Amino acid sequence: MEFFRIQRDIPFMRYALTFNVISLVTFLLAVFFLATRGLNLGVDFRGGTVIEVTYGHAVDFGRVRASLDKLNLGEYSAQSFGRSDTALIRLPLKEGVSSAQLSERVLGELRTDDASATQQRVEFVGPQVGRELYENGALALLLVSFGIVAYLALRFEWRFAVAAIVANLHDVVIILGFFALFQWEFSLPVLAAVLAVLGYSVNESVVIADRIRENFRKMRKATVTHVIDGAITSTISRTIITHGLTLMMVLSILFFGGETLHYFALALTIGICFGIYSSVLVMAPLVMWLGVSREDLVKPEKKAGIGGEKILP
Amino acid sequence: MNRYPLWKYVVIAVALVVGILYTLPNFFPEVPAVQVSTTKGKADTPLLGMVEDALKAGNIPFRGAALDSTGVKVRFADTDTQLKARDVIQAKLGDGYIVALNLLSSSPDWLASIGALPMYLGLDLRGGVHFLLQVDMKAALDKAGDRYSTDIRSLMRNEKIQYGGIARDGANVVMRFKDGAERLKARNVIEKTYPDLALRDGDGTGGDLLLIAGLKPEAQKRIQESAVQQNIQILRNRVNELGVKEPIIQQQGAERVVVQLPGVQDTAHAKDIVGRTATLEIRMVNDEPGALEAAIGGSVPFGSDLFVERGGQKVLVKRQVVLTGDRINGAQPGFDQRNNEPAVHVDLDGAGARIFKEVTRDNVGKRMAIVLVEKGKAEVITAPVIREEIGGGRVQISGRMSTREANDVALLMRAGALAAPMEIIEERTVGPSLGQDNIDKGVNSVKYGFVVLAIFMCAYYLLMGVISTIALSFNLLLLVALLSMLQATLTLPGIAAIALALGMAIDSNVLINERIREELRWGATPHAALQAGYERAWGTILDSNVTTLIAGIALLIFGTGPIKGFAVVHCLGIMTSMFSAVFVSRGIVALIYGSRKKLDKISIGQVWKPEAATVPKV
Repeated sequence: MEFFRIQRDIPFMRYALTFNVISLVTFLLAVFFLATRGLNLGVDFRGGTVIEVTYGHAVDFGRVRASLDKLNLGEYSAQSFGRSDTALIRLPLKEGVSSAQLSERVLGELRTDDASATQQRVEFVGPQVGRELYENGALALLLVSFGIVAYLALRFEWRFAVAAIVANLHDVVIILGFFALFQWEFSLPVLAAVLAVLGYSVNESVVIADRIRENFRKMRKATVTHVIDGAITSTISRTIITHGLTLMMVLSILFFGGETLHYFALALTIGICFGIYSSVLVMAPLVMWLGVSREDLVKPEKKAGIGGEKILP
Repeated sequence: MNRYPLWKYVVIAVALVVGILYTLPNFFPEVPAVQVSTTKGKADTPLLGMVEDALKAGNIPFRGAALDSTGVKVRFADTDTQLKARDVIQAKLGDGYIVALNLLSSSPDWLASIGALPMYLGLDLRGGVHFLLQVDMKAALDKAGDRYSTDIRSLMRNEKIQYGGIARDGANVVMRFKDGAERLKARNVIEKTYPDLALRDGDGTGGDLLLIAGLKPEAQKRIQESAVQQNIQILRNRVNELGVKEPIIQQQGAERVVVQLPGVQDTAHAKDIVGRTATLEIRMVNDEPGALEAAIGGSVPFGSDLFVERGGQKVLVKRQVVLTGDRINGAQPGFDQRNNEPAVHVDLDGAGARIFKEVTRDNVGKRMAIVLVEKGKAEVITAPVIREEIGGGRVQISGRMSTREANDVALLMRAGALAAPMEIIEERTVGPSLGQDNIDKGVNSVKYGFVVLAIFMCAYYLLMGVISTIALSFNLLLLVALLSMLQATLTLPGIAAIALALGMAIDSNVLINERIREELRWGATPHAALQAGYERAWGTILDSNVTTLIAGIALLIFGTGPIKGFAVVHCLGIMTSMFSAVFVSRGIVALIYGSRKKLDKISIGQVWKPEAATVPKV
């Protein structure tokens, strides 16, 4: 089998402007949703209590809410979680009430209403911890971005570093935009997924950058546009196959991993889909606009151990 | 060409054997067990004998008993036998031993003896409780202030210094004097006796001279550190009373404590024991005539608090603390020998004994209150009359207690009152059935994802795809072995990270295979194509893995709990995938193709060649 039978280099760069406009529009849309709707931050970041309760039968939410209303909990929410016999109750932070008391009171009330209620999980995050997790998340994002830029600048050239990080941060913003648009819950695992995607899509940019450098070396006469087109064309089959396979794995998590991993897998799915697009079709034009040239990459002295340095036999 | 030196095969073989050995324990299921430990000293061989005898006498079948550093562990066939066995052992051994229900791996002992243990499952997978507790540092300092004001008072008395009064103001102790000479004397004495205090003069109202003693910053720091340490010790004692297997109690940051109790079934009880924030104080009762009545009427005299005693009566208690819970060495429930009422026998430490002796000597005939402070609310457990001077540090607390209450008070005193109050600022509780559910879901996603990957690779790249799949299996094996070996905590996001690691690891193989195809397309000989494919792909693989690793390390640094679990697996997965995708798969390729001098074809699927001559010129 050979899926990709490409006769000649696809002139990707001819459409560079189109690609950039498309990504700019998606990016702006994502920013718009983030600004207007905001992220639906989970209990990890906002603080509060989450209680997962299973019943011996399908949950009767009317009764659950009636029980909860008695407790005067503030703005709580109760909804089904994965299965019909499971309810997820979210409670806001309340001054002076400890989580231990709160979850026990809630469960006690639910049990007097229906003895089959059993507590599966309680998560309580105090306001201080929530803020710290939020700050740590932001710091991690910053560290990853900086680390990647530094590494790529060292290994390739600053233009690649800048282009790659712009392309991939644009992915991150788009994932966040989806979470804002659909008001999916943004929790710690989702943040982990976002950072993993960032590291992963940069792979793609690295592969392309590697190829561009190699082509500059081999195709002495070709123009910059040609070199980039060639690099993308020759790696496109790998790009799609790898991402397809990783996507298979992620979809497997999405379908079999249960409710807890649902948004985690969803973030990965979006990230991988957009990762293909952006790391190839955003990064490469950016490199071009930034004015990369043969002299930037092909240095007269040779370093050992870098892929593609050898001349083909 | 494409031969592999022997040492590389040896490395692969060693990795394979070690991988299998350390992965093996994960396949043995956990069986019900009973864990017996003793509250005094270490578990020893006689205890093992006693447990075995008890089980034999009770006619309960068991699957071997073993002694290790934490106690005696006995495995059973099912939970019914386990429950029966616990009752039998508890009845036979009596007090002083903790008999706890447990789950133990049924993997053979020889595996455990080489350190091969099953993966360490996080709380979300095995169920249990996680708490993050914040120590109230201000309260710790206030308590230190309390202690100093008591100490300074007795110091002044011993040195016969005339003073007008001593009061605590926050963490400071404020002394009032009538004349400067006495103040200077006091200052010199205090400076000499308590080098941790910084002293300064002040002017009070009505011409009084003040001497204000505050803790020096370094002393404050030390007190705060020791408060956290002490609380950790106390939490350990409490958790030991629960009989939890492998509890984790650690300091996190300057003023926080993490408590993790894996596998706890009764989470509410665990929460109750750990979350109990009670501190214990012994204070004198204010028995001045009329004072109690006045207090009930609304005017509580200065320096006293109005508390409710167990049973409902009101008691007026002096604010000055005689002793705190941290002076208690031990406490046992028992009976008062005179009237056979339930009582608690308390052992005080040296300093505690001395203070207690002084106080009881000076206050015969007066009442003393045992005060339990929980979340700012104080309750007087009992307020007995001091009948005589009590020396030797053995104290009996009795009066109006049921046997159960005596037990509770003793447990609380023994397990220690906290050095400073703590508040739960984060809690994650997972029920045991949800944990198993999470394991199943995690394993399923890895399984099905892997199968799809394997099918595609084998169909698309034929033999090279099979080799990639073998390398991928090797990767999974190594990853699980590494996680078992390091005993890193595996969480549900961690399992997802295993799946993701496999999904990303295949990238390296696709990269290599595509490169080989490309080389073939450009007309390279099979051997040259293999060689070039691996060599050229390596640089790219390295670069792309480093960037992924950067993300992983950032998560490792900033992540907590489940995210840390994800990050650990993510990072390890990248390392194992570099090893298996490049080193191992190339080894297999060398094994298959390397020995053939003349290689016409590589089984890598169809290599399509473009008709037009647009192939880059070399």
